[in-house]
Amino acid sequence: MGLMDRIGARSPWILHFDTGSCNGCDLEVWALLTPRYDVERFGGVNRANPKQADILLITGPVTKKCEDRLRNLYEQVPEPKLVMACGNCASTGAPFHNCYNVCQGVDKVIPVDVYVPGCAARPEALIDGFVKALSLWEERSKAAREARE
Amino acid sequence: MSRSTLIPFGPQHPAFLEPLNVSLELDEERVASATLNIGYNHRGMEYALALDYKKTQYLAERVCGICSNHHSAAYCQAVEAIYGLEVPERARIIRTITMECQRLTSHLLALGHIAEAVGYENLFMQCFRERELVMRLVNEISGNRVHYSTNIVGGVKRDLDAAMERRIADVMKELRPRLEELRGIFARDSTLVKRTRGIGVLTREQARDWCTVGPVARASGLPQDVREDGFAAYDVVRVRPVVREEGDCYARTMVRMDECLRSVDMIEECLPLLREGPVAVAVKGHPDGEGLGRVEAPRGELLYYIKGTGKLQLDRIKIRTPAFVNVPPVQIMLPGSRLADVAVITVSVDPCICCTDR
Repeated sequence: MGLMDRIGARSPWILHFDTGSCNGCDLEVWALLTPRYDVERFGGVNRANPKQADILLITGPVTKKCEDRLRNLYEQVPEPKLVMACGNCASTGAPFHNCYNVCQGVDKVIPVDVYVPGCAARPEALIDGFVKALSLWEERSKAAREARE
Repeated sequence: MSRSTLIPFGPQHPAFLEPLNVSLELDEERVASATLNIGYNHRGMEYALALDYKKTQYLAERVCGICSNHHSAAYCQAVEAIYGLEVPERARIIRTITMECQRLTSHLLALGHIAEAVGYENLFMQCFRERELVMRLVNEISGNRVHYSTNIVGGVKRDLDAAMERRIADVMKELRPRLEELRGIFARDSTLVKRTRGIGVLTREQARDWCTVGPVARASGLPQDVREDGFAAYDVVRVRPVVREEGDCYARTMVRMDECLRSVDMIEECLPLLREGPVAVAVKGHPDGEGLGRVEAPRGELLYYIKGTGKLQLDRIKIRTPAFVNVPPVQIMLPGSRLADVAVITVSVDPCICCTDR
């Protein structure tokens, strides 16, 4: 790790947004942020502020009413940003397939980088997804720094 | 004359777990009026549930993840009412145990959430630590952490063996002193008490007029609890509803806290009642007729109405969720309070938006 990398390194902050899930994955996301699973050891802190966030944890199949809000939030997050779709319904809309008010998954609205399966996604799977997102995010941050230099 | 300010609170807000929007009209620091805007989580569950009877059981749990077991229990009771089934006693007791476990996880989530809204991060973490104990127990009982999938029409899917019964007893023994410690903090911690006592008062009359149910109604002095009517095994277990008179955020928090301890009591009372026997009766065909199922979910009375005509597609499923009636009274609790208390008041009714919007 060079000097510039060390100066540029920082913790990835999380933004969690529920777009119409059944709350199952949200509970597991919260379990992730609290003792026992504690994703803070990787530097992830829930900041609930899009302007300070780096990784978006999105749950839910994206209802029609949440669609614009999700897009709005995504646009407010500064680059480099990553989107993690937590759970089956965020990935494909699964249990709510063909419901009249859902968009069938987060990737129909904003680009998604990491998909975490499970209904509800288990904390172990979420940690795995988060670690994958973390390495992707570091790569992108590095690329962005090199582009600037 | 001061000019009023309009502030949108949510749908994405640090205090809320779910998308909920409250439009606040502020006069300086005080809230002049509040308008609730819901529907962010509307997926059309009642439509989806009625589409295919074979999938309804699976989907009923997905209406809400915090009270999934209560949803499936209410659904099963409604279908059992159509068939006129008598559920075996062992199955009813197992249902009661899982329902009370879920009440524990739900109430500990609500308590942690209120600690977070107050700004007591430490206590939030502590609530979730104790909650994890129950989550892991439920994982051992059912194989799942959130959607238990233990209830089926006619009984339960999995039996408890002797080792599991001992395990449940051990966890409850471990949990009780931890809950008592938490209760001490919630009841006496000066920061918490100052932020919650006398805030967001809902009087007994208002609570009745707005048809509130569950802990919100019980905190306002309305002694109503569906468990007293005796579904599942609540006719053999002693149900003692926790009722308080104040109607403020403190009362709502303490009602949930005391109910956690009562849930531990009830689970311990259930365990010796388990007798050898079948855990399910066989069911054939598609439901034909009308049925009603009522349970006391963690947030209050949950009602399922089902109408079938013997076909794969059900005629109608109507769900009346507790959060649907508990969330609107926020509009009369908020006016007159300070902006800093808005999050505490809104969280104190335990808003479950996926239940509200369905």
